[in-house]
Parts: sequence; C-alpha cells; structure tokens
Amino acid sequence: MSLLNVENLRAYFSILRGYVKAVDDVSFEIKKGQAFGLAGESGCGKTTTALTILRLLPTNGRIVSGKIFFEGKDITRISDEEFRKTYRWKKISVIFQGAMNALNPIMTVGNQIVEAITLHEDITKKAALDRAKKLLELVGVGAERVDRYPHELSGGMKQRSIIAMALACNPDLIIADEPTTALDVITEAQVLRVMKELQKKLQISMIVISHDLSMIAETCDEIAIMYAGKIVEQGDIVAIYKESLHPYTQRLIGAFPSIVGEKTELSTIQGFPPDLLNPPSGCRFHPRCPFGMEICKKKEPAMIKIKDKEHYVSCHLVGLK
Amino acid sequence: MSKQPRIVVNNLRKYFPIKLGFFKSLLTSQVPRVRAVDGISFMVGEREVFGLVGESGCGKTTTGRCVLRLIEPTAGKITFKEADMMKLTEHQLRSMRRRMQIIFQDPYESLNPRMSIYDILAEPLNLQNVAKSPEKTREIISSALEEMDLVPPEEFLYRFPHELSGGQRQRVAIARAFVLRPEFIVADEPVSMLDASIRTEVMKLMLHMVEKTNCSFLYITHDIALTRYMCDRIAVMYLGKIVETGPTELVIGRRFHPYTEALISAVPVPDPTSRRTKVVIKGEVASAVNPPEGCRFNPRCVYAQDKCRKEEPQLVEVEKDHYVACFFPLAQ
Repeated sequence: MSLLNVENLRAYFSILRGYVKAVDDVSFEIKKGQAFGLAGESGCGKTTTALTILRLLPTNGRIVSGKIFFEGKDITRISDEEFRKTYRWKKISVIFQGAMNALNPIMTVGNQIVEAITLHEDITKKAALDRAKKLLELVGVGAERVDRYPHELSGGMKQRSIIAMALACNPDLIIADEPTTALDVITEAQVLRVMKELQKKLQISMIVISHDLSMIAETCDEIAIMYAGKIVEQGDIVAIYKESLHPYTQRLIGAFPSIVGEKTELSTIQGFPPDLLNPPSGCRFHPRCPFGMEICKKKEPAMIKIKDKEHYVSCHLVGLK
Repeated sequence: MSKQPRIVVNNLRKYFPIKLGFFKSLLTSQVPRVRAVDGISFMVGEREVFGLVGESGCGKTTTGRCVLRLIEPTAGKITFKEADMMKLTEHQLRSMRRRMQIIFQDPYESLNPRMSIYDILAEPLNLQNVAKSPEKTREIISSALEEMDLVPPEEFLYRFPHELSGGQRQRVAIARAFVLRPEFIVADEPVSMLDASIRTEVMKLMLHMVEKTNCSFLYITHDIALTRYMCDRIAVMYLGKIVETGPTELVIGRRFHPYTEALISAVPVPDPTSRRTKVVIKGEVASAVNPPEGCRFNPRCVYAQDKCRKEEPQLVEVEKDHYVACFFPLAQ
C-alpha cells in the first residue's frame, strides 16, 4: 500500500536572475514500512524535495506544480495551519543533517523531546517526560541522560537523541536528511544500526537522503538517483546497483571505493554539475555523458519501465534497445 | 622498503595544555594536558604516498601540522632528508617551506576570497623569490593551472574563488601546493568536501603530480576505503598512537589489530547484496586527557585481557613491513 505519492512535483526558487529549478518534475511512491533512498550529489535537489514534502521551503521557494498525496490526501492543498497541526511531526517527522547543530544548546535533551510531544499532543508534561525517557532508552542513549544538555553528549549520542525526537509522536514517515554525514565511521555504523532496527520494529516508512551511495546500499530497499532536479533512475536497490542502465548512475556507483573484494578502477565523470538557472536542454546529463547523441541535446528522455522489474530509467540509450 | 626515506618522524609527541579558570588553577598543581599525539614514529619514502587513517580526534591532523612545524611539537625528532627539522631557526624554516607544502581540507576557507587565482598562485612564488620576472610568473602559473586540468588557464587567471565550483577550488589549492615543486606535501583530507563524481578526478590528478614531480605525500584521511586508491602504505591511528601500519593492501586485507578490524567492518560497502554482519564496537573514543592505562583500545576491545589493561603494547612486525601494536593480534 502506498503511503506517500509524489506526482510531477516542481519546486523552484526565485532569485534576482530568474528561477532555480531545484526540483523539476519528480515523481515517486513510498510504500508502508519501506526504506526509500534519495541519492545524488550536492545541488541535485534532494533536500529541496524533502523540504517541499515537509512544507519547510524558504520564503523564496514555492511549489510550481504537482501533487503530494499522503494516505490518499493531497497535502499541497491544505492550509499551513492544518499541515502543522495534523501532519508535521505527527505523521511526517524529520531527522536533520548535522547532529551538532540541530539541538538547542540551552535546553536539556529531555525537555526538547517533551516540547515536541506537548506541542502536538494533549498530554501532561509528566507523561511526556516518561515517554521521552522511554524513547531515549529505545535509541540507546539511556533514560538517565534525560537531563543532560547537548554539549554533555557525544556526536553519536546527539544524533540518537534527534532520532528519539523524530519518533516522539509515532510518525508514519521519517525523512532522514544526511543522517550520518557528520559522524565517524564507527559511530555511523552504530547510529545506522539503531535506525534500521527501529524502522523494522515499528514498521515506519523512511526516506533516506544522502550523497553516500554506500550508506544507502546498506540501509534502503528502493532507491531513486537524482541529477540536476530530476530523477534519472529508480527502482529496487539490487537492480539499480547491479544492473544500472543510466550512464550517470553507473559512473556514480563506480566512483565509490569498496573496502572489500578486488580493487577495481574508480570511475570519473567529466565536467561539473550544471547551473539550475539554465539547465541544459534535452537530457540534463548530456554535456557530461560519454554516450551523448544528437537526440539527447534536443529531446528530454521519458521514464521507461524495464520489463518484469521494479526498475525505471530515463535515458535515450535504453529506449533504443 | 627499498625507497630512500625522505622524512623520518621519531617518537613525536604533542600535548596541548588545558586552560583552567583562576580558582581551579590554584587548586591543581599540574596543568592537565590533552595528549593529541603520544609518541608516534613513521617515515615517508621518496615518491611515496603514506596515509594516516583514523577517526576524528585521533591526532592525525595534529601529526600533519607538527611534521611541518606549523605547530611546535612537544617532543620528538623530525628529519627531513639531511636536516633536523627541530633545530631549524625560524629563518631557516622559512626557506625550508619551499620544499614542503600543505593542502587543506576545505577549499572554501583555504583560499583568500579577495585574491584572484593569479594572486593566489603568485604569492608563494614571490615569497620564495622564484620567479624573476612577471612574464616568468605568468608562465609558471599558467602551466600549474594546466597541470590541474583548469584549461584554458587564461579563463581562470583573473577569476576569484567564489566564481569557481568546489572541485575547481580544490584544484587551485592543489596547484598552489605544487607550484614551488616541493619534495614533501601534507594533504589533510583533500577530497572529503568533494562530491563523488569529481573526487576521483582530483585524486588521479594528485597521484599524477606525485609521479611527475617525484614528491612524497603524507595523506591524512578518515576514509580507509579511499586509501586503497591513494596510498602505498598506511598507518591506523587511535587516540594519539599508531596501532597498525604497513602496505595498504596488507593492512586492509589481513588486519591484525582489533581496532583496524572494527574500523574496516564499519565502512559501508556500495553493494546491497553484500550486507555484511558487522562487528560494531560499543562505546566511544576515550578522553585523550586521561587515556586508559595499558593498551588505549582496551575498554572497547572485545578480545581484551588482563595484560592489555596493564601493559602498553609496542609495534611488532607480524609479517614483512607490517607492524601491529597488540598483544593478541588476530590471526587471519
């Protein structure tokens, strides 16, 4: 069953020189209990996609067109007030990037979780504090740390507290934006393990946003690869990593070194990511693509479904075969 | 090692004193110190890329800066070719700087935003009196940009850092480090701020320059997977000490120290079919003010025994060129 359905979403930022087309015709679906990875390089629009779903776009950004269905209801059509009261944090919560800065330094961790709960639910402070303790226990920080200030906790502990906070109102969907980028590898492994266990145990759907394809490979069931505001390839995680068809996906995956197995040549991508004020015509990857053809410059490739597989790709090369 | 050693570091230590408040300082007789680097030794050979790997706070950056004497080491000996680095006066050190350079992590902060690319690259040349005429300076700078694939160079000469992308900025920073043709470069996480698609390109450029200019490279990183592509030999650091060192493929492939094992096992692999069972160690890195007695890794080590809590293990050769500081190295 689908929980979140994003259809033809376009979100632009207006700046003096024009519109930055940060998210341009993006569609995807998230099923209940699924971990969905949204991957791409900096500036490809993955964080903007998340902010759009959460209605947290900065003032110069807006949804130009498209629909976002949450449990069948179009949440782009409801008022900000209704969204804040019934959706944000209660149904959709978020784990922000950078554990070091997401917590309020002058409030104890417990009080910050209590604040999140009491704002959205009609319960006493004491009951909320009890729940905060349970949550901290659940993520492995320990109930005894409920009165600690953020500076008394290590990076990993802070990030776990943020996970506890995201879980505070039993959401159906958690959006994790680069949840482990600021952490060391061993701490990252510890935090990812907690996230995965809780996701399975509580049957929460998750969108994991990251530039790190290795991390997504280890956590998600499905993945969408974004390039310059568009999804270029999407599908089952194994299909994408093992049989990727888009030249960008292939090279991006090939650019990540592996610590196990034979040492293979790392792939490179020529050139630099495009300017989203004036994205290239046709396929946006064509100026950097080694297989660029005439048609790629003129016509934008459509999303094609690969036969008998959960695998979608938008590339003219695939259409030819 | 058949290679001639170019830089030899012996028993390097760097302790940072902790500033206490007035009243606390009356009560304590000894100033507590953070032992960032606590007795490490290594050497980097000619045209060799030596990697220092570890988590944040293990002392890898401090080591890199001490080796160049950008910060004064507390104790130890650093020999650069024939010269004893510790005995150099400030004046002598300045001319020595021509032969040793550093590349910083963040190209957004290491380039002066008010200087053009030309000025950034001309500054080291002028400071060291290398270029005798403006024409010569321009020629050197143009070829330095070409080496970094910033072509045509005329297009970049008079631009400012904010007009360049992150990848291009880091290339300028690398060009600046190589422009004096140094014999030794410390690179402190040079690609960790870059996106995956441009990272490989920058790594290849650096390796190419090492080959071309016969330079030695101290590569500091937290990403042990990348060292397979960059480094000839690596050293794994934990809490100010080297716990394992040797040729990259031997250390990664055979890993004798439990910490190396844990570190490697924690690294995510870009392959969803190989979700490995991980040896995730518990707890966090201990404080460098009061490091644990004995082996510093013992509170987190699953194999720790009584001996590990009392005595400190020394680096022992377990196979050719491969050293491990552990009483009970893992047999693979």
